[in-house]
Amino acid sequence: MTPPVRLELVGIGKRFGAVVANDSIDLRLRPGEIHAVLGENGAGKSTLMLLLYGVLQPDSGSIVWEGREVSVSDPGTARRLGIGMVFQHFSLLRTLSVRQNLQLAYPDLDEQRLAQVLGDFDLRIELDVRVGLLSPGEMQRVEILRCLLQDMKLLILDEPTSVLTPAEVEQLVAILRKLAQRGCSVLFITHKLDEARALCREATVLRGGRVAGRLELAGSSDADITRLMLGGEPPPAQLARAAAPPGATALQLRGICAQLPGQRRGRLENIDLSLASGEILGIAGVSGSGQEALAAVVAGEIRPSAGSLWLDGEDLGRSGVRQRRRRGIRVLPVDRLHHAAAAGLTLDENYLLSHYDDAACHSGPWLHWGRVAALATQLIQDAAVRAPSAAAQARQLSGGNLQKFLVGRELAGAPRVLVCYNPTWGVDPGAQANIHAALAAARNAGMAILLLSEDTEELYRLCDRLGALCDGRLSPQLPTAEVDRDLLGQWMTGAGGSSPQRSGACA
Amino acid sequence: MRIERRAAPSRRMQVLSPLLALVATGLTGAAIFAGLGQPPAAVMYAFFIAPVRDLYGISELLLKATPLLLCAVGLSLCFRARVWNIGAEGQFILGALGGGVVALACNEFSAGFGWALLGASVAGMLAGTAWAGIVALLRDRFDCSEILTSIMLNYIALQLLLWAVHGPLKDPAGFNFPESALLVEELLLPTLHPDYRVHIGLPIALLAAAGLWLLMARSLLGFQVRVFGESARTAGYAGFSSRVLLWFVLAACGALAGLAGAFEVLGPVGQVTPHLSAGYGFSAIIVVFLGRNHPVGIVLAGLLFALTFIGGENLQIEFGLPRSITQMFQGMLLFYLLAADFLINHRLRLPGAAPALAGER
Amino acid sequence: MDAELFATLAFSTLRAGIPLLYCALGVLLAERSGMLNLGQEGMMLMGAVVGFIAASESQSPALGVLAAAGTGLACGALFALLTLLLQTNQVATGLAMTIFGTGLSAFLGEDYVGSSIDGIAPLAVPLLADIPLFGQALFAQDWLLYLAWLLALASYWLLHRSRAGLIITAVGEDPAVAHRLGLPVRRVRALMACAGGLMAGLGGAYLSLAYTPLWTEGMTTGRGWIALALVVLAGWRTGLVLVAAHVFGMAGILNLLLQGTGIGLPGQMLAMAPYLLCIAALVLLSRQRDFGRYQSPPGLGQNFSPED
Repeated sequence: MTPPVRLELVGIGKRFGAVVANDSIDLRLRPGEIHAVLGENGAGKSTLMLLLYGVLQPDSGSIVWEGREVSVSDPGTARRLGIGMVFQHFSLLRTLSVRQNLQLAYPDLDEQRLAQVLGDFDLRIELDVRVGLLSPGEMQRVEILRCLLQDMKLLILDEPTSVLTPAEVEQLVAILRKLAQRGCSVLFITHKLDEARALCREATVLRGGRVAGRLELAGSSDADITRLMLGGEPPPAQLARAAAPPGATALQLRGICAQLPGQRRGRLENIDLSLASGEILGIAGVSGSGQEALAAVVAGEIRPSAGSLWLDGEDLGRSGVRQRRRRGIRVLPVDRLHHAAAAGLTLDENYLLSHYDDAACHSGPWLHWGRVAALATQLIQDAAVRAPSAAAQARQLSGGNLQKFLVGRELAGAPRVLVCYNPTWGVDPGAQANIHAALAAARNAGMAILLLSEDTEELYRLCDRLGALCDGRLSPQLPTAEVDRDLLGQWMTGAGGSSPQRSGACA
Repeated sequence: MRIERRAAPSRRMQVLSPLLALVATGLTGAAIFAGLGQPPAAVMYAFFIAPVRDLYGISELLLKATPLLLCAVGLSLCFRARVWNIGAEGQFILGALGGGVVALACNEFSAGFGWALLGASVAGMLAGTAWAGIVALLRDRFDCSEILTSIMLNYIALQLLLWAVHGPLKDPAGFNFPESALLVEELLLPTLHPDYRVHIGLPIALLAAAGLWLLMARSLLGFQVRVFGESARTAGYAGFSSRVLLWFVLAACGALAGLAGAFEVLGPVGQVTPHLSAGYGFSAIIVVFLGRNHPVGIVLAGLLFALTFIGGENLQIEFGLPRSITQMFQGMLLFYLLAADFLINHRLRLPGAAPALAGER
Repeated sequence: MDAELFATLAFSTLRAGIPLLYCALGVLLAERSGMLNLGQEGMMLMGAVVGFIAASESQSPALGVLAAAGTGLACGALFALLTLLLQTNQVATGLAMTIFGTGLSAFLGEDYVGSSIDGIAPLAVPLLADIPLFGQALFAQDWLLYLAWLLALASYWLLHRSRAGLIITAVGEDPAVAHRLGLPVRRVRALMACAGGLMAGLGGAYLSLAYTPLWTEGMTTGRGWIALALVVLAGWRTGLVLVAAHVFGMAGILNLLLQGTGIGLPGQMLAMAPYLLCIAALVLLSRQRDFGRYQSPPGLGQNFSPED
C-alpha cells in the first residue's frame, strides 16, 4: 500500500513586481517523509515556504492538503491545518520570556503537555529566560518546541543549520528523525548537500524559481545535484591561484581585543593575524563568532580595547575610518542595504561613499556629480550590474546586483587591503560566480584580501589560507590544502584545543 | 479599485502631491466656511487674493516670509539629517532676545549704528546657536531625544522672554507694559524701499536658501548630511562623523532661526515684546515638508505660508473670523500632504486596467 | 507650614498631576504597541475645548467628559488611519496633529474664552475626608480624578497581567514577527492609538472641566509633550508613569508650593520648572540604561505593512 499523500503543490507561482520568485512549482510529500528542498540562495525556496505557511499568497496554482484543496490565507490557518514553520530569521519576540512566547501561540498553554514534549524530545530549554538572552541554537529549539506543542503534520525548516554548531546540528537531526517516526512530514530547506543526504531520501531541487528536478539522493552524485542546482557544470573546486607566491605582509593585527557596542556577542579576544598582498585569507565561523567586530576593527569603525593594527609596517591604531580608506584599506560589511550602502541613496551616491576622497570626484569641498555618475555608470557596465541607471536607488536592486556593484566599488582604485564578510550571502549563483571571479582577479593583481564567510564551500573555493573564528577567538591559519573539513569544523567549534587559550588581556 | 506598490517612487507624484494637498485643503476650507454661513468664494478671495492685490500687500507678504524662510532653511538641514529639531521656535526667541539685548544697549548711541546693527544680528545668531547647541549637547553626550529636549527648550525660551520683558528689559517709560523700549530708527534694518517695511532680511533669507541648495546639491558636507540622514551606520562606514554632523546641522539651524528672531526685533517689531513670534518656528516645520525639503520648494511654500498668515489677519478684519484659523489650515494642509504622499510609493488601479510596465515611473 | 495649608497643597498637588497622568497613560498604551503619536498636545487641547463646549451647552460636566473622550478617540483614529493605512511617517503625522489640534481648538473655543462653568464637583467620602493633612487630598476629590487612578490600575492590568498585554507587547516589539505569528498587527495598533487618543481627550477634559473650569487658548501649556517625556522617563512601566505624573504635577505648581516659603523667584522662572525638570530627568536617566531607555518598545515608530 502506498502511503497517502499529505501535501501536494500544483503549479504554484508568485511574482514580486517584475521578479518571478516561483514559477509553476510542483511538490509532493508523504506522511513521515523528510524531504529536502535544495537550491542556491535566491532559487525561490524561502518564498515557496512562506506561501505554504500563509505569510504570502500565491498568484497561481493550488495547495492540496490531505486530499483537499485549501487556501492558506494566514499563518494561523496554516497552524490549524497542522503546519509549523521554523524560520531562518527567528520569529521570536526577544523582550518576552520563552514561556510568554509560547503563550502567544497557545492561549491555553498546558504545562503538562509542555513538560511531556520537553522530555520526549530531550529539549533543554529554560522557560523563564528572556529570549533575547539565548544563543541562536537555543532560540531555534524554542521555535521547534513551539511547533511541537501542537499536533503537527508538517514541519518546515528554512536553512535551519546556518546558525548552528555541528553538535547542535546533530541534536536537530535527532529531533527531526523522531518527529518523522511519529508520522510528521518535514520539509528541510537547505543549500548544503551533505546535510540533505544525512536526513532525506528524496529532494526537490529549485533553480531560478522553477523545479529543476526531483531525485533520490542516494542514487545521485554530488556533481549531478550541483549541476541541477547551478544549472551547469559545477565550478572548479578552486579558482586559479595566483602564479606568484604571496608578497610582503600588508595588514597585521596584534593582540586585538574588541567588543561591538551594545551587543553581547561579537567579542574579539586577542586576535593575531597577518595578511600578505596577493593572498586571500579565509576565516570561517558560524554567525556571530566575531566576524562583524573584526571587520569593524579593521575599518576603524570601532576602537579595539587592546592591541594594534599595522599596514605595511606602519601603526594605524590611531587613525580613523577616513584616513584608513585613504591608505587603501577597504571593508565590505555584511549588511548591504543599511551599512555598506544606504537603501534610499542612488547608485552614484552610494558609489561616492567609498570614493569621495578621490581626486576625480571633488575639488575642494565641491563634488563633481557628473564625473561621479559617469564612474558609477561605468562600474554598472563593467560589473554587469542589472540596474535601470546610476540614478536608481540601492533598494531597487536585487541582492546579487547590489552586491556586484558594491564589490566593484570597493575594488575600484586598486586598494591595498580588502576585508569582506559574507560577500555572497543571499545572492544568486550568477552574481556569486561574478564576485568570486572579481575577488580572485584582485588577489592575482596583488591585493591582500581577508574573506570572512559562513559558507565553507566559498572559502575552500577561493582561499589560499584558512582559519576560523569561534566565540571571538581565532584559530591558527594554515594553507588551504592542509585544512580538511574536520579540522575546520574543530576550529569553528573551538574543539580540539587548537585555538589559543583565553587570555587575560581582554578584561 | 486596487492599491499597488510602485516599483520605484514616482517623481511626478513628489511634485504633484503638495498641489493635491493644497487643493484638498482649499476645498475643505470652502466647505467649512459654507458650513459657518460665510460665502466661501468671498472668504477665499479675502484669504488668498485680497492681501496681495497691491504692491504694499506683496511687500507685507515678503516681510512675513522672511523669518519663515530663515527658520525653514535651517530646519530643512536638520530634517535632511533626520535630526528632528522642532525647537526653531525657541531658537527664534533666543535670537530675538540676544539681538534685542545688544540693540537696546546701543539705543543711546549717537553714532556707529551700522556696527550696532551688525553686532545685534550676530548676537541673535549666537544666541540661537547656543540654544540649539543645548539640544546637540544633550543628544551627543546623553543620548536624549532631540524632539523632547527641543520642545522643552521652546517652552523655557518663551518663559525667558516673558521674564525679560517683565523684568530687566522692561521700558521704564512704558506705562508698565511688558515691553522693551522702542529701538531708535537708526537701529532698524534698512528697508528695501522707503514705502514698504520689507527689509534686507529678505535677500539674506533667499541667499540662505541658495546656500542650502549649493550645500546639499554640490558639496561634500551636504552629501555627508544626507548620508547621515539616510543611515547613520552607513555614514559611519563611509568615515563621516555623526557627532560633527549633528552639531553642524543644529548649530546652523540655531543660527538661522536666531537671525530670524533678531531680524523681527530689528525690523518690523522694533522692540522686544512677548508676542514676537507668530509661531514661525512651528509653521516652518510644515513649510519644509510642503516644500519637499528642497530649497526651491521651501521658498514657494514659505511664500504660501506667509500668505496664510496675512490672509488669516485679513479674515479677522473682514469677516470677524478668529486668527487661529491660519494654524488650523496649516495643520490640515500637512495632514493632506502626508496622506497624498501615499501616492508617491503606491498607485491606485481601477479593475481591468492594464498592469504597469516594469519601467514606468 | 500649618496643617491647613499643607492639606490644601496636598489637594492641589494631586490634582495638578491628573491631566499628565491621563495623557501619559494614553501615550503608554499607544507606545507599547509601537505607535509613536507626538500629537498629544493637539489631542489634549481638542479634548479640553470640546469637553468645555459640551459641558457649557448641556450644563452637564459628565456629558462634557464624554464628548472630550469621543473627540480624543476620533483624533487617535485619524492618527491610526494615516499611519496604518496610508503609511505616513509617525513623527510628521504627530506634529501635524499638534499643529492642527492647537489651531482647531482655538478656532472652536473662540466664543467660549472667558465664559465659566460649574466644574466637576468634588465627592467627599464621609469621615475619611476629615482625616487631617491627607483626608481632603485623597478622599474629597472629583470623580474624574479617581477615574484616572482607576484607569492607571486598569492599564497596569492590561499591559502587564493580561494576554492582551502580551499581544500588545509583541506587536510593539516586532510587528513583522507578530504578523507571522498570526497576530492582527494593524488592528491592535489602531485600537491602541484610539485608546491613546481617548486618554489624551480625558486629560484635556480634566483641565477644562475640573482643574480650572474654563477655556483658554493653548491651556495645556506643553503638558502633552511632558506626558510623552514622562513615559520615556518611566521606562514604559505603568507604576512609574503614575509616580512621575504626580511628581511633574508638583513641579507645575511650584509657584503655589513656594508661596510663603519666602523664596522670591520671578513667576516665569518657576513656570520653567516642569520643562527643566524634564530635561534634567532625561539626562540623569540616560546614565542608567537598564532603568529607562532599555525598556523602550523596539518597534516604536516603525510603520508596518503586511505587503512588504
